Formats: sequence, structure tokens, C-alpha cells
Amino acid sequence: MNTKIRRIKKRGFSKTFIIIIAVILNITFSLLMGYWSYSWLPIQASEAAHYVDNLFAFETTIGTFIFLGCTGTMAWILVFNRAPKYDESNGEPLEGNLKLEIIWTIVPLLLVLGISTYSTSVNYKLENLGSKVKYDYGAEAPFIEEKKVFDYGPIDVISRQWNWEFVYPNGIHSSELHLPVDKKSNFRLITEDVIHSFYVPAFRLKQDIIPGSIITYSLTPTKKGVFRLRDAMFSGAYFSENQTNVIVESEEIFYKWIKETVKKELQNGLNPAGSLYQKRLRNGNRGWATVKPAPDPKVNDAGIESRPHDS
Amino acid sequence: MTIVNYDPRLVKSKNPYPKGPNDWKRFFSFNTDAKVIGIQYIVTALFFLLIGGLLAMLIRGELITPPSDLFDPTVYNGLYTMHGTIMLFLFLFPILSGLTNLLVPPMIGAPDMAFPKLNALAFWLVPVFSIILLLSFFVPGGPASSGWWSYPPISIQNPLGKMINGEMLWIIAISLSGISSIIGAVNFVTTIIRMRAPGMGFFKMPIFIWTVLAAQLLQLLGLPALTGGAIMLFFDLTFGTSFFRIEGGGDPVLFQHFFWFYSHPAVYVMVLPVFGIFSELFPVYSRKPLFGYKFVAVASFGITILSLVVWVHHMFYTGTPMWMRNLFMFTTMLIAVPTGVKVFAWIATLWGGNIRLTTPMLFCLGGLFNFIFGGITGVMLATVPVDIHVGNTYFVVAHFHYIIFNTIAFGIFAAIYHWFPKFTGKMFYEGLGKVHFALTFIGATLNWLPLHWAGLLGMPRRVASYDPEFAIWNVLASIGAFILGVASIPFILNMVSSWVRGKSAPPNPWKAIGLEWLLPSPPPHENFEEDIPTVLNEPYCYGLDKPFVEDEQFYIEKSLKKH
Repeated sequence: MNTKIRRIKKRGFSKTFIIIIAVILNITFSLLMGYWSYSWLPIQASEAAHYVDNLFAFETTIGTFIFLGCTGTMAWILVFNRAPKYDESNGEPLEGNLKLEIIWTIVPLLLVLGISTYSTSVNYKLENLGSKVKYDYGAEAPFIEEKKVFDYGPIDVISRQWNWEFVYPNGIHSSELHLPVDKKSNFRLITEDVIHSFYVPAFRLKQDIIPGSIITYSLTPTKKGVFRLRDAMFSGAYFSENQTNVIVESEEIFYKWIKETVKKELQNGLNPAGSLYQKRLRNGNRGWATVKPAPDPKVNDAGIESRPHDS
Repeated sequence: MTIVNYDPRLVKSKNPYPKGPNDWKRFFSFNTDAKVIGIQYIVTALFFLLIGGLLAMLIRGELITPPSDLFDPTVYNGLYTMHGTIMLFLFLFPILSGLTNLLVPPMIGAPDMAFPKLNALAFWLVPVFSIILLLSFFVPGGPASSGWWSYPPISIQNPLGKMINGEMLWIIAISLSGISSIIGAVNFVTTIIRMRAPGMGFFKMPIFIWTVLAAQLLQLLGLPALTGGAIMLFFDLTFGTSFFRIEGGGDPVLFQHFFWFYSHPAVYVMVLPVFGIFSELFPVYSRKPLFGYKFVAVASFGITILSLVVWVHHMFYTGTPMWMRNLFMFTTMLIAVPTGVKVFAWIATLWGGNIRLTTPMLFCLGGLFNFIFGGITGVMLATVPVDIHVGNTYFVVAHFHYIIFNTIAFGIFAAIYHWFPKFTGKMFYEGLGKVHFALTFIGATLNWLPLHWAGLLGMPRRVASYDPEFAIWNVLASIGAFILGVASIPFILNMVSSWVRGKSAPPNPWKAIGLEWLLPSPPPHENFEEDIPTVLNEPYCYGLDKPFVEDEQFYIEKSLKKH
């Protein structure tokens, strides 16, 4: 036993008292961390966001408690149990404690059971993923009858190396994704080449788009604004440029946009990879091999590349 | 003493290198001595740590500013692919094979590995596939650049249409690495099962041996899936078959199953021996028995079994149905249970000990600290809704670097320092070791802690450029990466100068309990030679007054005599 601990004991501080104070401090700080964790995440812009953020905050709280509990104990040991110089004597020869070992097997087991039950319930609330249907190479992506009812859609999300194109039910093509706020929109996720991923951080949602399969997906934006849509599955040379904007508008403005855009002529849409590739060719095509970027998409609304985004 | 697996006929093998055991040239030959092979592995792997680290610094150089300005993005993609591949297949796996080779025979009292020639073959495949992989930098079109997952269709696009391309060489290198690891695994498993010293029943084996056994069985169960998948990918790429090509009716998602069926357990193959290292070192430097030896030992196999049924957590957003996501979330989280058993046991081992903060102990404590953090973010990633947001972002990058560098590499450094005197016969410089630890801990924390926030805000992994709102986290990370680069200097200085002119090491400088510490430093070619000790008790009986082997004094005296 270390002298310092003995001194503490002599002064009348019992071990239990110290443990109770430490646990209270730990709980307080863990709750604070859970509260702060909301600020580490982007704006909550979809129905899914607050479920995900609540789960994350819950895990941050529990995680902080465990982390501080373990590392706090380690810190205590490092302060009070250090061997003096040249002291090579043994510590207390504790070989184990069956009761303790059973507790620290059962408690984490119950904890992960709890967390996974909670997450499962969140999964059933979200249910963004619809069906995944394979179709033959080169054939048109089949139309899938959905059992569920949606407020709007389906919007075809077409991903390529490296641009995005959105085709609305009335046939308009757009480089940016316009969505009505608070309406459940339905999507058909299609890729023309490799695997891409439809990822909007502000929505907390991500779905891979698989070649040879059509995946239906739905989500409800809850906040007006401009949010980044990023390809989250590595898709080759200009992968990092494969981004566009999601513009969430009031229903009125959204339908106005639909009506006006349908009258517009088709023009070249956003394709930052295309211009970077042209620049590379002008500079002597240096660098390692890449496939050629897909040609500029032909769209009614070409979008604005440098549009400021909220998140 | 009911279990006697030891076959004395195994002792008598000829000295494999005719010019005497101490010739330096033996390190460059097809030597069959496990201790030589171990050092061959470790030195080769450390060389590739430098190469992989250099690539990491180039990556962080590109990412210190938002636009893609240092390299063409194609070059960036090649660099990060090769960084990951080199760090995993040329640094981590070989260095762990090296430590396993050095430690397993002396720790169980065997003269050598069960199949010395296979052992040498497994090692010599490393330089072969390393050279193939490095040559891929110089083929037209550059090296593989589809990430270390090498997912089709991106990996089989072959833009130049040439038969010999970076991706093809990459697949060959990975397959050879797989074959090397399978050979190694057969050898380790056989050695541990058949060649333990008399009296060393399973529950008297050191935990490191338990974890090696668990990890190597995992290699045998999992690696064939990856190697098979890699061969199919090779056929798709080179001969136009369509296992994963949709044009011929294949499915690219199938590859992801083959890949992750092994590559998730691969993390456990790497981390289990490091758990073993923690379990060896904490008792030594806190001078206490390992708390709950049997629980810790069995927990390794709990991890092995569970790790074979978690791979779909890498595919939560590929269109995996709900029931499957929920199931795999649950199995993934279950791994926290046996892992928690180990973590709590280590902390309980430290509790009330007589802690000595030597360099190896500092690396162990740092590694455990980081592992608790990385384990918690791991549970977060296992929960489907959170994973759907942060999966494939820098949160994942930060998490897995917390495991593979901040835990596994820390454990490896701890092991290198701890057993350095044993296998080189020289002491290292404690001061330089502590500088190495401080720089590594600060650099690693600065490098990977901030990246969690970049990921939470939605910065995808593998990007060559990013939106300016992520800049602050990336600047911090880059500074951390450069500090890590600097940290290699005291390490190299320490290792080289200590080996060349360090103080001679006594047989047991740390006053540790274990068969290897009853041998001279460095141990003779056949370890215990004719006098194989009989093990009486489990290891780690610090302060328990239980002798570890029969006639311990005889071995202590013998080890001093040789010295």
C-alpha cells in the first residue's frame, strides 16, 4: 500500500467517499459531453437527423463515462502506485476475483444489448431503404411498385464518374437536387459505372448505389437550406469533386421551380471533374491513369457550382 | 504434469548456417532459425514502416489545405492506396509474424518452430511480394489506386487497358502475402499445440501464446476467403471473367463479402497478439499477477469466434436488408464483452501494483489508453444509424488509426523495447525511448483525435480535396503526422546505436517471470537445448511464492554462465 493512500485513509476519507465523488463528477461530465455532442454534428435537416443525433449523444454519454472511469482509474494508479526508484518489490499478489470478473462480463453484455435494442428501434423508425432489384446490364432500370405512399417522387438519382444528375417525374433534368421541405420524397438510386454513395451529412443519411441494381430510397427533409451531397464511396480519380447541392425549399417555391425549369432548354450541367480533366490534358496529361470523366450531363437546370451551403 | 506434448527428437536439428550462429550474414540467408527469421521480419517491416510513413506524410501534406494542390488526384489516390497496403501487409502483418517467431519458441520452451523451412519460406515471400508491390509504382499508369479494399468495379476498370498494370501487381502481391500468412499460421499453430515444454498445459501458457493461437487460427479460417476473392478479382481484371462484373451477370457486392469476411477478422489477427503483449507486460511492470488469467485467456477465443460473424458491419449502407443489419450490429457489439474483460483485467492488474514507468510500460499504458478510446468509437460505429452517418468518413479513418496505430503499433513498440535486451543481448537507452514515446503519443493524438470531428461533420474518407469548413481539423492532423515522422528519429537512433554499442543485457533485466527470461541474452540457437524446463505453475506469479519451473535456480545459473 502506498503511503499517500494510507495518509488519506488516516484523515478519515474512506475509499467509498472518494469513489462516490469520482462517480458523480464522471456522470456530470459525461452528461455534459452528451449535451455538447450535438454541436459536433452538422445542422439537423432531415427527419432522421434527430434520431441519429440522440443515439450518438447517448453513446457519447455512456462512452465518456466508461472512458473516464477506466482512464481515471489508470491516472489514480499512476499517481499513487508508482514504485519508488530502485524498489523492485512485488505489488499485492491478487490473482483475480470471480465476482468482479462475472460483473464486468455481465454489465457490458447488458449494456450492448441495451444499445443495440435502442438502435434497432431507431432503424425501424427510419426505414429509408426500400427495395434493391437487380437488372440486366444495359437494360433500362426497371420501375418498382412501392407499397408505401410517398409525398413526392420518384426522383431518379443518377451517379457517374464524376457527376450527379436528378430526373424528376415530369421529365426535367437537374444538376442539383431540389426537394420540398417536410415531404417524404422517394428516389431511385442508379449508377452508370462504379459504386457511388448518396451521402448528405445534414440528413445523416448515406446509401451506396450499386451497379446492376436499382435501389429505392426515401427521406423527409425538415429544414430549408442548401446542403452538400457528397459521394462517400471512393469512385476513382475525381472522387472528391463528385459533390453537388441539395436545395430544400418550401413546397410553393419547389413547385414553382418545377414549373419554370420544365420550360428551360437542356444545357450542360455541373461537371467539375470534366473541367479538371481538360486542365490536366492541357498540362500534358501528367499523373497516373484514370478513366475519362463522363461527359457533361444535359440538364434543364445547370445549378451553381459555388453556391454557398449551410452544411 | 499430465500434459507432455514435447517431443525430444525435435531438439536435434543441425545448425542451419554453417559459418557459426553469430555471423551477420545469416540475416541475409535462407536461415531456418526462428530467432533469425524473427529479426528478419522485424527489420524488414520497420523499413516498410518508414516507407508507409513517408507516404502518410505526403498524404497529410496534400490534405493540409482544402484544394487538391500538391498532387494530381490520381497520384493522391495511388499514394493513399499504397500507404494502406504497405502499412497492413508490409509492416503490421510481417512485424507481428516477427515477434511471434522470436517469442513463441522460447516462451513455450521449444528449440525452434515446428517447420523451420516453411518458416523461412513464409518470410522470404515478404521481400518477393514487397518488391512486386513497390515495382507497381513504376508501371505505366501508376500503382493500384482503388483503396486497399480494391472494390470492383473501380479496381477492374484498367484505364490504360494494359495487361501488366498497378492493380494486377497489387493483387499478386496481396495473394502472395496471403499465402505467406497461411504458411506462417500452420507453423505457429502446430508449434504451439505440439511443442510446449513438459507441464505447460493450455492454462499454463503465457497469454501471448494464447493470443497468437487465437489469431493464427483466425488466419487459417479467414484468409482463404480473401485470397480466393483476390484470385477471382485477378481473373476479372486480367482475363475478363465476370465474377464481379455486371456485364457478365456478376455482382460487385459479392467481392465485398469475400473481402470483409477476412479483412475484418484481420484486425483481430493484428490486435490479439498486442492484447497478448499488454497481458505480458502489465504484470512485469506493476509486479503483480495478471488479474483473472483464465478469463483473459478464454476471452481471446471469444474474440476469435465472434470476429468471424461481424463482417457485414462494413456493408450497412450497401443495400443490406434491415434484419441483417440488426443482426450484425448485435454480433459486432458483442465483441465489446470479451474485449472489456481484457481491459478491466489489465486495469485490475495495475491496481495496487508497484508501477515502473519504463519505455515499454509507457507504450503499453499509452496503447491501453488509446484502445479504450478506439473501442468506444468502435461501438458507436457498430450502431447502424450512427454508422450510416459517419461510415466512410474521417470518423472511421480516425477510429481505425486509433486501433491500428495508437493501439497495435504502440503495443508493437512496447514489445520491441521489452524484448530487445533478450534477443540482441544489449540494453537500449531509456532516455531516447521515453523521447520516442512522448513524440509518438503527442503526434498520434494530434493526428487522429481531431479527425473524428471532421468525420462527424461529414468529410468523406479518401478525398484529395475538401470543403474549407474541414480545414482546421486537417491542419492539426497534418502537424500531428509530421511529429510522428520526427518520432521515428529517436527510435532508429536508439535501436541502431544500442544494438551496435549498447550495454550488455543480463538474462532477466526486468525481473520478469517467463521461460524466455530463464535463457541467456541472446538465447542460444536451440533455446533450452537438452535441458527443457518442466513448468509447474501458470506464469505471472509475482509475489505469490510459487516457483514457475522445476529447479529454477539451475536455469538462472545456466543463463548467467552463458552470458
